[in-house]
Amino acid sequence: MSARRPLPRWADVALLPVLNLVLALIVSGIVIALIGQNPFDAIRIMTVGAFGNLEGIGFTLYFATDFIFAGLAVAVAAQGGLFNIGAEGQAYLAGLGAIAVGLALDHTSWLLVLPLAIIASGIIGGLWALIPGYLQAKRGSHVVITTIMFNFIASAIMVYLLNYVLKPKGVQEPSSANVVDAGKIPQLRTWFHQFGGAPLNMTIIFAVLAVIFVYVLVWRTKFGFALRTMGHNPAASLYAGISNSRTIMTVMFISGALAGMMAVNEVLGEQARVVIDFTSGFGFVGVAVALMGRNHPFGVALAAVLFGALYQGGIELQFEMPAITRDMIVVIQALVIMFTGAMEGLLRPGLENAFMVFGPKQKAEAAARETVSTEG
Amino acid sequence: MYELIISTLAATVRLTTPLLLACLAGLYSERSGVFDIGLEGKMLFAAFGAAAISVVTGNAWLGLLGGIGISMIMSVIHAIASITLRGNQVISGVAINFLAQGLTAVLGLAWFHLGGHTPTVPDSGRFTPIIWPYADQIATVPIIGPIYSVLLSGQNILVYIAFLAVPVTYWVLYRTRFGLRLRAVGENPKAVDTAGISVTLLRYRALLITGFLCGIAGAYFSIAQNNAFVNNMTAGKGYIALAALIFAKWRPVPAMFATLLFGFLDALQIRLQGVPLPIINVAVPVQFIQALPYILTCVLLAGFIGKAVGPKAGGIPYSKER
Repeated sequence: MSARRPLPRWADVALLPVLNLVLALIVSGIVIALIGQNPFDAIRIMTVGAFGNLEGIGFTLYFATDFIFAGLAVAVAAQGGLFNIGAEGQAYLAGLGAIAVGLALDHTSWLLVLPLAIIASGIIGGLWALIPGYLQAKRGSHVVITTIMFNFIASAIMVYLLNYVLKPKGVQEPSSANVVDAGKIPQLRTWFHQFGGAPLNMTIIFAVLAVIFVYVLVWRTKFGFALRTMGHNPAASLYAGISNSRTIMTVMFISGALAGMMAVNEVLGEQARVVIDFTSGFGFVGVAVALMGRNHPFGVALAAVLFGALYQGGIELQFEMPAITRDMIVVIQALVIMFTGAMEGLLRPGLENAFMVFGPKQKAEAAARETVSTEG
Repeated sequence: MYELIISTLAATVRLTTPLLLACLAGLYSERSGVFDIGLEGKMLFAAFGAAAISVVTGNAWLGLLGGIGISMIMSVIHAIASITLRGNQVISGVAINFLAQGLTAVLGLAWFHLGGHTPTVPDSGRFTPIIWPYADQIATVPIIGPIYSVLLSGQNILVYIAFLAVPVTYWVLYRTRFGLRLRAVGENPKAVDTAGISVTLLRYRALLITGFLCGIAGAYFSIAQNNAFVNNMTAGKGYIALAALIFAKWRPVPAMFATLLFGFLDALQIRLQGVPLPIINVAVPVQFIQALPYILTCVLLAGFIGKAVGPKAGGIPYSKER
């Protein structure tokens, strides 16, 4: 048989991810059925919980804010062929930047606090990712391994700081001081009571800006060109006179900075302080979001909303079906990563064949090839 | 003081055991050219499987078998994704880790209704310490007494298996045909393929061994070291094992020393909680000691103290060219 043709663009960008998602959901449904619950009820509860009313939507978008930052962080590095698995640690440490700005400027205005906190947490997250970037660029250590290690180092640093440095006197549990008044980023529910208890806050504006920023950076700048060239073929970019090590370090800084901004949403937007593990694994969700979104900023934004809905729906599910814990979300997340990421090759060949058989253009071309080969 | 040292060393051995097994597990996989970030997840699955089966059957060996079984299934999934489907090996490993974290909690709650824990494993379902003959009598002998009765005696069988696995792995890797081919396939799969040996089959076998060893490591957590499964009980040990593997430069005997070092740091960290050091008289933050394995690994990876270079074909799916 002749070599398969690549999929049409729309199928590659939209159809295949959706099919993989469906596959992940089917397997998740089987798990739910195995523990004696009705998977269709579960899906209904999750959908209604995530989108049924403004409060649900508010929660969904609040989670989506985190996932956009984390997903973009993974995606932008992936454009350069780098796998930044350290978004979790970068965001965790960046909480320091957010809380510092929040505490220092809590007598001013959130209009000042928000951009400064974004910058501060971005710088800390960026610098934390820059070290693995430097090690990859200059010393050749694999960025996957070093970013994993840096997650643990960040965690150790934060536990130490929260226990011995940041903890105010008289407080029992390890946490920073509370941010008050203007240090907090206002939540939309203070203006629109329909949002109920949803912690959706103004940080989402910066998440949207970040999506646009990454799009422009990757597809409309010289740096973006260098980045994508390196991602496709590092040798080619080197021969073209591009400094790969510079590209690696720059993109790792940007990636870490994006991850770091997630801290603002959590620290100043919702919890008003830094607590142990405030990132709650959301940095890792970024891996799933980036894979699902095909490393494209718009895809990431869509996937982030989807995962926001999964998380919010998961909370509702826990209330309605006590037999299922929120950990079910982690299972779904794992399956999405597995099917859209690692097992992408599962459906692609079949789909390519299907397009060969059913696509009119392909059919004509195949027929033409057949004739040529028989004649020759 | 001497007794304190010996008891710290005994704790070191106990904490090293799962690290060592997981590290050797990773060694087989990575030497064959397949990255395995999923050691952590496989151990967690095995810990859950072993505890669940031990609770139901009350038999430690069946529990161990269950743990090994589930871990090997996960290894096969990893193999299908990364060898057969030529997917991204890192992503597959990440997925398995999440799957373990989520599924063990979900199934644990659904089956045992204890907030994700399993019930306590009965003593018959656990690997209990083996007391060597005359341990009590020899304990009073100076110097070698404590070594014999505290360090060597009184460990469970999985500890001995783990340390026995080191020479076995050495022998397999450097003295058997399978080992030679395994090392070759991790460096230059094309050469192996040209010689008429199936790259796919070799890598599958390597990953099955990885699953097997991870299974023992996981079972150690829930039915030897402890007596129940607790959510996320492997607590990042799989990543430490990965760090140790790099530290050992993918070789079995150094793997033992690397994991012993990291195990020792862990034991030290437990012992030093809030205790000031004798000479400099400051309490070293335990977090620093906890982070030390990761810091050391990064320093080593960066080539500041020796250079760690992994198998050349690591992470690259093999496809025959036409």
